[in-house]
Amino acid sequence: MSAPSLYGAARALLLRDLRLVWRRRGDALQPALFALLVVVMFALALGGEKQVLERHVAPYAIWVAVLLAGLLSLDSLFRGDAEDGSLEQWLLAPVPLAWLVAIRVASHWLTTSLPLLLAVPVLGELLYLPRAQLGMLMLTLLLGTPLLSLLGAVVAALTVGLKRSGILVALLALPLYVPVLVFGAGSVTAAAQGLDPTGALLLLGAGLVATAVLAPMAAAAAIRIAQG
Amino acid sequence: MTDASAHAPLLAAHGLTFSRNETPVFGPLDFAVDAGEALLVQGGNGSGKTTLLRVLAGLLRADGGRIEIEGRLAAPSLRAQAIGYLGHLHAQKGDLSVLENLDFLCGLHGRRERQSPEDALAIVGLAGYEDALARQLSAGQKKRLSLARMWLSPAPLWLLDEPYANLDLEGINLVNRMVSAHLRDGGATLLTTHGAYAAPPVRTRMLELGGSA
Repeated sequence: MSAPSLYGAARALLLRDLRLVWRRRGDALQPALFALLVVVMFALALGGEKQVLERHVAPYAIWVAVLLAGLLSLDSLFRGDAEDGSLEQWLLAPVPLAWLVAIRVASHWLTTSLPLLLAVPVLGELLYLPRAQLGMLMLTLLLGTPLLSLLGAVVAALTVGLKRSGILVALLALPLYVPVLVFGAGSVTAAAQGLDPTGALLLLGAGLVATAVLAPMAAAAAIRIAQG
Repeated sequence: MTDASAHAPLLAAHGLTFSRNETPVFGPLDFAVDAGEALLVQGGNGSGKTTLLRVLAGLLRADGGRIEIEGRLAAPSLRAQAIGYLGHLHAQKGDLSVLENLDFLCGLHGRRERQSPEDALAIVGLAGYEDALARQLSAGQKKRLSLARMWLSPAPLWLLDEPYANLDLEGINLVNRMVSAHLRDGGATLLTTHGAYAAPPVRTRMLELGGSA
């Protein structure tokens, strides 16, 4: 009962985040709505020509929409906890800060990216995405969005000490996001053209494994500096 | 535990200094707090009381000197086990209820045996507020909720930064009773205050921080 275990602390943090999202259910839909807007803009700008959309646009537009929606929600990852002093208590807790950061990123992914992924089939229909490509698109997004969240966590942690991070988050995060976008969207079109997408998928998976280990530690170090 | 560490004070600081942008904030400071003792850190606004507590908690890195806990150099893992910190920020989520906030912080820091969150809320005078949202609490009630967290914390060393701020007379009395009970259980407390109006009725050492104020 006395000292908290890693599991106990993780459970407490997950429970807290899920409760907070439930209290503000409307906010949880924001990333999905934003992605919907981006996709609709693409469709409108290109005049709704079915052939152009399904052949050249759909997987890229959906990937960009998901990426931008993730970027938009990045600032909320640690800012609230920094402002009300929760991060101080994380630092003082007898569990490793990197572990708490990893759990926080996981809960953030669950509450912002997962609703977005559920909306992707609808976004695909809006852009005439060929049904055969939907499976591959979902697979790349399932590998890619946790990777984006983890990379973003490092950037969010670096800027958490600033009053307003605004465009700085985007400037720092986008270069890190480019390889994920290239491999993610690229493997969908590669598969559509009959090429073997395994290499790109494996690279995404390897990147996910590496960042799952390294990004929480880097973000924890950044938070320590910001709270000092 | 060896004999030497059995007699070592719970917390000791040797030649502790801290500077911000080359301007010294405090130090060098030497002091010790034994189990069953309170150390009252006094000083005007800006004299470095909060900074001292943050350095002791490990939120800030000291520029010189060393901090020992029970005779051992205070490594981060040792501090996390030994120190409970009550700062100016309460780490409470406005959208969570009082009890949910307390549950989360207990999950993070651990909880003393034979103490339940409900009991702690009753002790700090928040009985009946379990399901109220934290954002509906007054500043003094938020402070009381933080005190309930300290009460449940298994850490033997309390660092209380301005615990009397925002509290009514009965609340000030409550802090003193909590500190006394904590010391009787073999704990120790450092508390800061800008006036001597509320010294707890226990064995107390004083540390006066000079400064610009």
